Amino acid sequence: MTVSISFQLNGTSAQLDVADSQLLVEALRQHGSTGTHIGCDTSQCGACVIHVDGKSVKSCTMLAVQVDGKSVTTIEGLTQGQAEDMHPMQQAFKQHHGLQCGYCTPGMVMSAIDLVNHNPDPDEKQIREWLEGNICRCTGYHNIVKAVKHGAQMMREV
Amino acid sequence: MAKTGIGEAVARREDYRFLTGQGKYVDDINLFNQAHAWIVRSPFAHATINSIDKDDAAQMPGVVAIYTSEDFSGAGGVPCGWQVNNKDGSPMNEPKHPILAEGKVRHVGDPVALVIAQTRQQARNAAEAIIIDYTELAPAIDMKAALEPDSAVIHDEVGSNLCFDWELGDKAATEAAFEDAHHVTRLDLINNRLVANPMEPRAAIGDYDSSTGEYTLYTTSQNPHVIRLLMGAFVLNIPEHKLRVYAPDVGGGFGSKIYHYAEEAMMTWAAGQLKRPVKWTAERSESFMSDAHGRDHVTHVELALDENGKFLALRCNTLANMGAYLSTFAPCVPTYLHATLLAGQYTTPVIYCEIKAVFTNTVPVDAYRGAGRPEATYLIERVVDVAAREMNIDPAELRRRNFIQPDQFPYDTPVALTYDTGNYEATLDQAMEAADYSGFEARKREAAARGKLRGIGLSCYIEACGIAPSNVVGALGARAGLYEVATVRVNPTGSVTVLTGSHSHGQGHETTFAQVVSDMLGIDYDAVDIVHGDTAKVPFGMGTYGSRSIAVGGSAIYRSVEKVISKAKKIAAHLMEADVSDIEFENGEFKVAGTDKATAFGDVALTAYVPHNYPLEELEPGLEETSFYDPANFTYPAGTYICEVEIDPETGVVEVMSFHASDDFGNIINPMIVEGQVHGGLAQGIGQALLERCVYDEQGQLLTGSYMDYCMPRADDLPSFSVDTTVTACTHNPLGVKGCGEAGAIGSPPAIINAVVNALSDYNVTHIDMPATPMKVWQHLSNGRG
Repeated sequence: MTVSISFQLNGTSAQLDVADSQLLVEALRQHGSTGTHIGCDTSQCGACVIHVDGKSVKSCTMLAVQVDGKSVTTIEGLTQGQAEDMHPMQQAFKQHHGLQCGYCTPGMVMSAIDLVNHNPDPDEKQIREWLEGNICRCTGYHNIVKAVKHGAQMMREV
Repeated sequence: MAKTGIGEAVARREDYRFLTGQGKYVDDINLFNQAHAWIVRSPFAHATINSIDKDDAAQMPGVVAIYTSEDFSGAGGVPCGWQVNNKDGSPMNEPKHPILAEGKVRHVGDPVALVIAQTRQQARNAAEAIIIDYTELAPAIDMKAALEPDSAVIHDEVGSNLCFDWELGDKAATEAAFEDAHHVTRLDLINNRLVANPMEPRAAIGDYDSSTGEYTLYTTSQNPHVIRLLMGAFVLNIPEHKLRVYAPDVGGGFGSKIYHYAEEAMMTWAAGQLKRPVKWTAERSESFMSDAHGRDHVTHVELALDENGKFLALRCNTLANMGAYLSTFAPCVPTYLHATLLAGQYTTPVIYCEIKAVFTNTVPVDAYRGAGRPEATYLIERVVDVAAREMNIDPAELRRRNFIQPDQFPYDTPVALTYDTGNYEATLDQAMEAADYSGFEARKREAAARGKLRGIGLSCYIEACGIAPSNVVGALGARAGLYEVATVRVNPTGSVTVLTGSHSHGQGHETTFAQVVSDMLGIDYDAVDIVHGDTAKVPFGMGTYGSRSIAVGGSAIYRSVEKVISKAKKIAAHLMEADVSDIEFENGEFKVAGTDKATAFGDVALTAYVPHNYPLEELEPGLEETSFYDPANFTYPAGTYICEVEIDPETGVVEVMSFHASDDFGNIINPMIVEGQVHGGLAQGIGQALLERCVYDEQGQLLTGSYMDYCMPRADDLPSFSVDTTVTACTHNPLGVKGCGEAGAIGSPPAIINAVVNALSDYNVTHIDMPATPMKVWQHLSNGRG
């Protein structure tokens, strides 16, 4: 069955006709938000993390119909298309080489921002525990941890 | 001005697009009128296919076509790119690897039918409706059992499950050395089977332009030109000028995206049949049963020593799993990338190695980060550690006594390589200092007071990178050259476009290569663009694997820049009415020696394209040069890794408390990127040592087929790392570079296991197979308490 849903996507109204069985991540990608990635089929990897009403969720664990009336932010919503407009967390990932192939990166950044929203000054252990649901195969997490620490500091200073 | 030259930690220009969701991976691409594919895969490890009934499925909504092996009767099998010969000189067994299973399936996940529909969900639904009648056969899963006479045979035309029986080294001299030895250390070990698991699952889109007869394949590949060659020439018979292969942003590879896969041929062929694009994206569980796996060696190794701990000889005997079919590079991994590294950093005078490669009813096994070199390093560094303990010599000291000394280079090993340069004591010293090796006993006592068992382990690795001299690998069975190609195109207004055959899938080439070119030309870093991954743009290339991109791809770029400068000097000489021998090039300016005459690089570039005042009778217009760089030798990165672990004796949980890596990568272009490569390699190596293991049950079912079962290293499994470098510049490439991509994954597994065994030294443990899971460690503790 096809269902019409309306929601805020990165600050703009979006209307989509989606199958009632469609996963949110698939609907977003079909709608053009291809910055949200699919890295697994068991809700383990976190490449698809977005924010729904300000909280991080794995968009593969939600149906598209569940965001009807809600506010969705994807990685594309953090910046307005100019390098200098990058969110502090994005800037920190670049500065500290917190990404290599870039595939896990959008989910990692969205998760990290939610961590800092919960805990403005996380220590290394807290960062590592929070990011347990985001798998990165490239970086060994070392620089991601550094980036999140610094990103948190920049977010506090904004 | 920001520092962007060689040696500077320049932040990556790639990052903006990745950080803002603008990376373009294959699954992000959608073509007009695209159909979607779903692949029906075998649920059995070994079975005959009696019938395939696709009638009901063909009537399902949205179905466009269903193909089985008969439809591919005109196509070749998936080719193998490396031939290894048996001890008697006869060639290895090389059974056909069909695009879709022909009458028989040989591993869980073996593709049987291709379903194409308007949507992916429709294709998937139709796939469920295909009725395949199988007769299950006894599987051959365990390598040793697969070689027994009563084993099921996977390929009838081969007659057994032996792919090849190969040897390297002087058997008689090695045996003699063992007979005279003061001490012999023996060890049986397993190098656990791994799944590469780049975070981006494989994907492919085939497209066909009936107006030109041109095919395009979009694919998740580390080497698009090689895919074009293999698929065009050996599988689909499409001439290269009618086949474009494009690998855009690729989300990690680690070896698993080197190979030509059947799905690429399926999509390309189907696009031609249907005259419309066809797209396939693997689900993760599909990746687990269709991406080439890594490692999977079973080894017996022996080390002979004299009374002072000098190594007299090494011999080993290895079973190497090939899986059900030969993947592109599979035969060279346990042979030329493994046995040739068995000297390690040491002067061991004689070495003998036997390798039996075995077919099993499992996914094909091929190169995974390090490819053969981790297996070699693991067996050397484990047996050396056990020898140190048996002879009561400090493990660092035993290694030091056997190092090849700096004045011995170039050094010919007894296993066919010539190391050009190195200083192994320098990296050992640096690592011991950084890790506070001498302070370990105090930390161990402190841990014991907390009820923890603390252990220290080290490993001194070497690898052969910069793959590879074409004539050498050709003599060893490679069916391709292994040079690299670069075109440096100076545009009329002075900016530069570099077309490289290397492929970046996380390595940051767009930054590193631009640093090299802008530094050499003395122009703005932002004026240099790096283009890769598209056979329609880049003349040719062999791609990225084996830590070869800077050593081979970077050298090709270097050579092309040299040619550009050489031609530009002639143009500058003409402009300044000077002799070309008087022209000097510095900081982006051409100068006449001994005068104040100068002309800028940009003016020379413009003149090359607007040749009004130009030596046309001697020189063609334009400023673009191409080089095919074929390396003179491998490069030999080496280093020492030291780690400390703590084991909770109640639970067997191993925690990595510290990890230090000292590496000699030769000269370094971007230290930030190099450190990142080491970090990633360490995580994969520590993952192998403590967490990861691909498991098949006795029936050949893949038990670790998802992230619920296969233990990927996560942020809270790992410590922060300490990394440092020493430098001996490579002697045979112009940048003096060695490559850094695989080192971390090569050197770290034995360091971890050595530390774990060291921590368990009071429990009568001499070896523990990877991964050292809490259960395994706890069992050892339990037995030791016995």
